[in-house]
Amino acid sequence: MRIDCPCCGPRGVAEFSYGGDGTLRRPDLATREAEPFSAYVYDRENPRGPHVELWHHIAGCRHWLRVTRNTLTHEILGVEMAGRFAGDAARIEGQGA
Amino acid sequence: MSGYRLPRGGAHVERDRPFSFRFDGEQMHGLAGDTLASALLASGRVLVGRSFKYHRPRGVMSAGPEEANALVEMRAGARHEPNTRATMAELYEGLEAASQNRWPSLAFDMMAVNDRLSPLFSAGFYYKTFMGTGQATWHFCERFIRKAAGLGRGTHLADPDRYEKRNAFCDVLVVGAGPAGLMAARAAAASGLRVVLADENARPGGRLHEDGASLDGRTAADWIAHELHELERHGVRIMPRTTVYGYFDGNVLGAVERVADHKPLPEPHEPRQRHWTIHARRVVLATGAIERPLVFSGNDAPGVMLASAGLAHAQRHGVAVGRSVVVFANNDGGARTALALDRLGVSIKAVVDIRREIPTALAAELGARGIRLETGAVVAATRGRKALSGVDIRGFDPASGALGANIMQPSCDALLVAGGWTPSVHLASQAGSAPVYDEQLQSFVPGSPREAWTACGAAAGMLDLAACLKGGRDAGLAAAAACGAGEGSLPPLPVLEGAAGAEHPFPVFDVPATGGAKRFVDFQHDVTADDIELSNREGFRSVEHLKRYTTLGMAADQGKTSNVNAIALMARARGLSAPQVGTTRFRMPYTAVAIGALAGRETGHHFAPTRRTPMHDWHLAHGAEMMPAGIWMRPRAYFRDGETLRDAYVREATMVREGVGLVDVSTLGKIDVQGPDAAEFLNRLYANGFAKLPVGKARYGVMLREDGIMFDDGTAWRLAEHRFLVTTTTANAGPVLAHMEHYLEVVWPELRVHVTSVTDRFAAMAIAGHAARKVLQAALAEGDVSNEACPHMGIAQGRIGTHRVMIARLSFSGELAYEVFCDWPAGLAVWEALLEAGLPERIAPYGLEALGTLRIEKGHITGAEMDGRTTLADVGLGGMASQRKPYIGSAMTSRPAFVDPARPVMVGLVSTDGAPIRAGSHLTARGGGASLGHVTAVTWSPALKAHIALAFLSGGRGRHGEALEAAFPLKDERVAVTVTDPCFYDPDGSRMHV
Repeated sequence: MRIDCPCCGPRGVAEFSYGGDGTLRRPDLATREAEPFSAYVYDRENPRGPHVELWHHIAGCRHWLRVTRNTLTHEILGVEMAGRFAGDAARIEGQGA
Repeated sequence: MSGYRLPRGGAHVERDRPFSFRFDGEQMHGLAGDTLASALLASGRVLVGRSFKYHRPRGVMSAGPEEANALVEMRAGARHEPNTRATMAELYEGLEAASQNRWPSLAFDMMAVNDRLSPLFSAGFYYKTFMGTGQATWHFCERFIRKAAGLGRGTHLADPDRYEKRNAFCDVLVVGAGPAGLMAARAAAASGLRVVLADENARPGGRLHEDGASLDGRTAADWIAHELHELERHGVRIMPRTTVYGYFDGNVLGAVERVADHKPLPEPHEPRQRHWTIHARRVVLATGAIERPLVFSGNDAPGVMLASAGLAHAQRHGVAVGRSVVVFANNDGGARTALALDRLGVSIKAVVDIRREIPTALAAELGARGIRLETGAVVAATRGRKALSGVDIRGFDPASGALGANIMQPSCDALLVAGGWTPSVHLASQAGSAPVYDEQLQSFVPGSPREAWTACGAAAGMLDLAACLKGGRDAGLAAAAACGAGEGSLPPLPVLEGAAGAEHPFPVFDVPATGGAKRFVDFQHDVTADDIELSNREGFRSVEHLKRYTTLGMAADQGKTSNVNAIALMARARGLSAPQVGTTRFRMPYTAVAIGALAGRETGHHFAPTRRTPMHDWHLAHGAEMMPAGIWMRPRAYFRDGETLRDAYVREATMVREGVGLVDVSTLGKIDVQGPDAAEFLNRLYANGFAKLPVGKARYGVMLREDGIMFDDGTAWRLAEHRFLVTTTTANAGPVLAHMEHYLEVVWPELRVHVTSVTDRFAAMAIAGHAARKVLQAALAEGDVSNEACPHMGIAQGRIGTHRVMIARLSFSGELAYEVFCDWPAGLAVWEALLEAGLPERIAPYGLEALGTLRIEKGHITGAEMDGRTTLADVGLGGMASQRKPYIGSAMTSRPAFVDPARPVMVGLVSTDGAPIRAGSHLTARGGGASLGHVTAVTWSPALKAHIALAFLSGGRGRHGEALEAAFPLKDERVAVTVTDPCFYDPDGSRMHV
């Protein structure tokens, strides 16, 4: 399996470390109740088909990536930067790796 | 004696290059170009191995990768390798091989008693015999079963050979260099693409070597040589002896190149095998087909062989597999093989064909050559146990499946069987495509592709040569087009003469049992037709259940010759069609792969980098015993003459308590955290507050996971308003950095913070003991570490010799202590300068054991206590957690289980009977009982003059003073202990505030 890192180009999966479900949104910082965090920490869908997940390019640029992967075929359908560089390929050039 | 070398022929062998070899200690002779199997056959050897379960005598059954019987142990000593297929092992001078799965000898095997006891060993016999009768029976019998199970014996010696791993990138990978693969590679290469052509055999060409056709007026051998030359001219990478064993996601394929297996030893600097990870844009699967055996009584006798193998041994190696050969077939391949062998000088006694009629041309030619033909007939039984001596030929009614009258009972020493062809769909199946049934082939062909591959040739069900060549070219062109290649010059198809047509089987492949003899389906795992019927009767009908219950297809050959026949038998038993029964999915590897090839160079100390601190050599030179700590090597203790480990660490720990000691802590994880929001970031990361930490001060902090469990602890030094140096435990340096990067990039991208690992930027050492300040100050050429300038948790800058140092007054030992950081390359110089300055105070280095003793005496936690199950409150640090700010894990810390009064919390233990406590012991009431908790860390405490421990005890805070036992049942140890506070020494911390 290869992941086309927006920063480094296509690289073997051995350079990456799986970072879990990429659809989760952490509850707001000020949240004091356990329930929303319990859902964030423990509740996971087990989807069949395309799934958005996080991968960390741990042996490369060390960026966190949001990868859409088909769980049936392992086909990588899309890769983008997570977080501050999301959808902003031009800025990545400037930031370097 | 049975097989022999024909006076002429054998396209692969060099008659003027004889090799000698040994099999079971017996000296034999073969030729260059032989396989071990062909050389054994040429030497008249029939019996080669014993079967897996019944230990039945077996001979060579094939001439290729599908071999199920002739598995041998190759080579001696450390290079010994079991379960090698004699049909794939190329002969070399001095080859040594031995039969396996027999005792005391191949000819007389005690375990053959299993064959007589076979009613006990039917499908599922393990479950019925050993497990169904209760656990005790299984536990008693297991060691005997394990001893009897398996085929060859491995070696326990280290592999002396070298293996390599390489990547290859190409536009088109063609797997298989038979006629289809050669044409596919030609077509793809013609458009200028990067093409790789891999073939598992020593010589490309596949079945062309046996087909007997001429191509463009050339012999097959000449045409193949010409094609290879053309391919090389087009820059195709041709890889013989390379088995593509796995098809992985994203068109990545695994292959093993047998670089030196055909030589006595690898050349100097040559690997034995090379693993290839091939990244291909398109793949052409031209993997060919494997002939199927027929199912009849005694079909496993040594001397029964696939017809294609009989022909291959004659054509390639010039070996007649017997002096008197009977051929038994359900398709034209039988008669064709008989004719071809007859032309090569092999004596054919009879051709037996299940069909009532065979094509008249074939029948006429057999007649013309004087070969007896029996149609509507079968081989109903074989004679001879250790070598075939004859067969019983009877009439057969294909409609009813009933046996008819005896026809003849000829003596013979070889029986060639042809049951149709099974396309090799392994790689396509691995790539996720369920094979589909082909009625004409009575077998499965690759399904629709889910990865970027095209199948062609026999692998796609094209059984005649013309179709293979055209199919290969089409596949090559399609692959090229899919890679966006322009029109290349179209390679012309060769003009064929004398090519064999397709060999489509008659839809009957099995003969009723006679005389209670076994009819084998899976030769390697000894699964019979009766086992499959039994599996059906007992309800294991799904093909997946059939496989697991009978172990059919689960041997090293993955059922290459058995799966299709088994599916057909199960289909008939259930009254279904074969496609309704379906297939199991093939898993990689297609053939066995040596672990060494997968490991490559990453073995021994190359498995992972050895990380050494700058003081490593000094430690070794001063008596240190090094031990792995996380990814680093650290000194365990510095031994002086005659000291035991305990002597050494007790001396070192006492020295720190009574004077001063120095410890190398360079392995601490170090992370530089910078940015306007750095303080806010750390404030969210740590459970305790960091926002108000003044510049020039350090603070101890604990990070939690999102679920409220402790993750790591360390210190953060505020070097400037917007800059912190964070230390982590040695083991968690990587995970903490990844954790920080996750929150900065995914969760809180608005925080303006940058994190950088500086672990190997700074060497670090801790100087501890009441003389630490005096020694450190004496060592400093510049800088002030007085209590006023550098109070507890203060940071100071300075210089030792010419080296800048950064100092923080932190204590893990409970004594007055300073951590001294300097540039990594300066580590040794600073270390030595501190030791020199400490000479008047009799300073000495201390290691991990003493470090552990000191921290246990103080009740300080490490990874042993932060084991992924414990909270701040569990280790007595609940008060540290900020109530005023949210932090990672804060909302989860008040969950019911975390505040349960019966929750195990950290306590101290003191051994009351003077015996050492063992780490991992469980705590029970005196006299035994249920576990109340467990021990995480133990030491002899020089300060307390007692064996002490840290432990987690249910409701432990209310149990100080209780008398318990620390039990270690594996060693039958029970130690009487008293529960105490986990801080054994200097509980008010006065010793470090001086």
